[in-house]
Amino acid sequence: MDDPLVVHSRLSVLPLSLSLSSIDGTPTLVDTHNQEKLLAVNSVGKVFSKGVVALEDMQLTINEGDFLSLLGPSGCGKSTILRMIAGLMEPTTGRIEWEGGVEQSNGSIGVVFQEPTLMPWATVEKNVWLPFRLQGKTMRSMRNEIDEALHLVGLDGFAGSYPRALSGGMKMRVAIARALATSPRVILMDEPFAALDEITRFKLNNDLLELKAKIGCTILFVTHSVFESVFLSDRIAVMTSRPGRVHSEIAVNEPYPRNETFRTSASYSSYCRTTSEALENSISEAV
Amino acid sequence: MTFVQTRMSGGIDDASLAAVNEERKRLMRRRFEKIGKWLLPALVLLLSLWFWDRIVVWNEIPHYILPGPGKVWTTLVTDWGLLYDALKITFRITMLALLVAVIGGAGLAILFTQSRLFEMSLFPYAVVLQVTPIISIAPLIFIYVENKLAGLLICAWIVAFFPILSNTTLGLNSTDHNLRDLFRIYGATRWQRLVHLQLPTALPYFLGGLRIAGGLSLIGAVVAEYVAGTGGIGSGLAFTILEAGYRLNIPRMFAALLIIAGTGVFIFLTLSIISHLLLRKWHESALKQEQ
Repeated sequence: MDDPLVVHSRLSVLPLSLSLSSIDGTPTLVDTHNQEKLLAVNSVGKVFSKGVVALEDMQLTINEGDFLSLLGPSGCGKSTILRMIAGLMEPTTGRIEWEGGVEQSNGSIGVVFQEPTLMPWATVEKNVWLPFRLQGKTMRSMRNEIDEALHLVGLDGFAGSYPRALSGGMKMRVAIARALATSPRVILMDEPFAALDEITRFKLNNDLLELKAKIGCTILFVTHSVFESVFLSDRIAVMTSRPGRVHSEIAVNEPYPRNETFRTSASYSSYCRTTSEALENSISEAV
Repeated sequence: MTFVQTRMSGGIDDASLAAVNEERKRLMRRRFEKIGKWLLPALVLLLSLWFWDRIVVWNEIPHYILPGPGKVWTTLVTDWGLLYDALKITFRITMLALLVAVIGGAGLAILFTQSRLFEMSLFPYAVVLQVTPIISIAPLIFIYVENKLAGLLICAWIVAFFPILSNTTLGLNSTDHNLRDLFRIYGATRWQRLVHLQLPTALPYFLGGLRIAGGLSLIGAVVAEYVAGTGGIGSGLAFTILEAGYRLNIPRMFAALLIIAGTGVFIFLTLSIISHLLLRKWHESALKQEQ
């Protein structure tokens, strides 16, 4: 899987992305030639013990610096592929190939779940310290990293608070701070804002993009919201439902930083339409 | 609700008046509840004491059959030296038994969660030990265990360890599955998972078990003393009751009983305070207490 073009093999049979690429600012085929590959999901399939086929022949390439969204209906195996990349689950067939390999225990993968998943008995700073603590590093020696991570998510002054004193959005910020504190090669986010109210979600979307611009991390973002995926990502992989695989990829060729202006622009609406149609197609084809 | 209705039917003055009334009623209700929580039980106590006293006086019951509350109180004061010595012995056994129950119960629970094999082999016997009445095991124990103190401890331990074992096991198995995944992703060792994830998760469960075990270890200590006596290590409260019964010293029986009950309440309150102090910063149960 050295050739990143293999990823698009599926796209070539889809007229959808091509037909819409004529107008300026509308989706085009994804061009990943000039980016460095980080990892490849290579023909991955997953069959669960009860014979449920969650994933089949899934192809996906993630490049350095990508903000890649996995978009699909619930039960399409989005979370399954995320768990496999995180090393929590083995694929039944195929392989996950990291460029230069990956050592999982040293915090090279950051994860944010749908729930904040904080330890309620530990303060905010101790929660952020967790990945370092499990590597045997003291809080004192990691002081700068912890403070920096909290600063990046806008939680200065909350280091000593307990999670129960924080709002849902702030708890999520702590979870993001914990995920990025170790400067991971990729941050995996599994519908992190799905349980939050819309106002908080918009704010966190904006802040996440700002954060990404600052530290330039790679993010793989699972969502079932068309709007969220268009606003955040530079690539959207639309998945079919069970068995899940990538149906099509949409490139969102809009420059960062994106803000409220982009959210209300015509091109945003156009991307949303394209993505919705792709999602619609993926569902109807699966049925 | 009343506020809205009044407002719709009458003018603004009516509405605000109704709101003020409502608020005043609410405040009064709360104040009443606050005072009533202490006042009502105290009233019940006073009434029962008075009634008890009256029954004794009106029926001219001699104190070797039923002493009045005043007689019990004077016995408590005059026999305090003797009773206090007995209390020290019973209390020491209770506390030692609780300590052993904590070590044994929590230790077994940790072993159970570390090895499924271990749990499968031993858990049924922990249940058997729990459901067999201690009063029927105690005589056997004292046949084979020479040391009185050790025998008493074993009895009290058998009664007290199970709630700690079962609660702690439940707590250790109740970790958040996402947190468990997170620990795996960050390469946590078995030991790290136990110390940083499972034990903190189990703490509220353990403390719940501890509160039950505190009372049970007192019961275990008292029952064992009834069976075995405390010859050789001085007489505890249970033995004092037995001895006083033989001598028809009924007031002393009541006084000793009072002390046992007081000790039970004291243990429960102390453990409740410890539990609150440990959990007050983060656990839901403590949060509710604060509100």
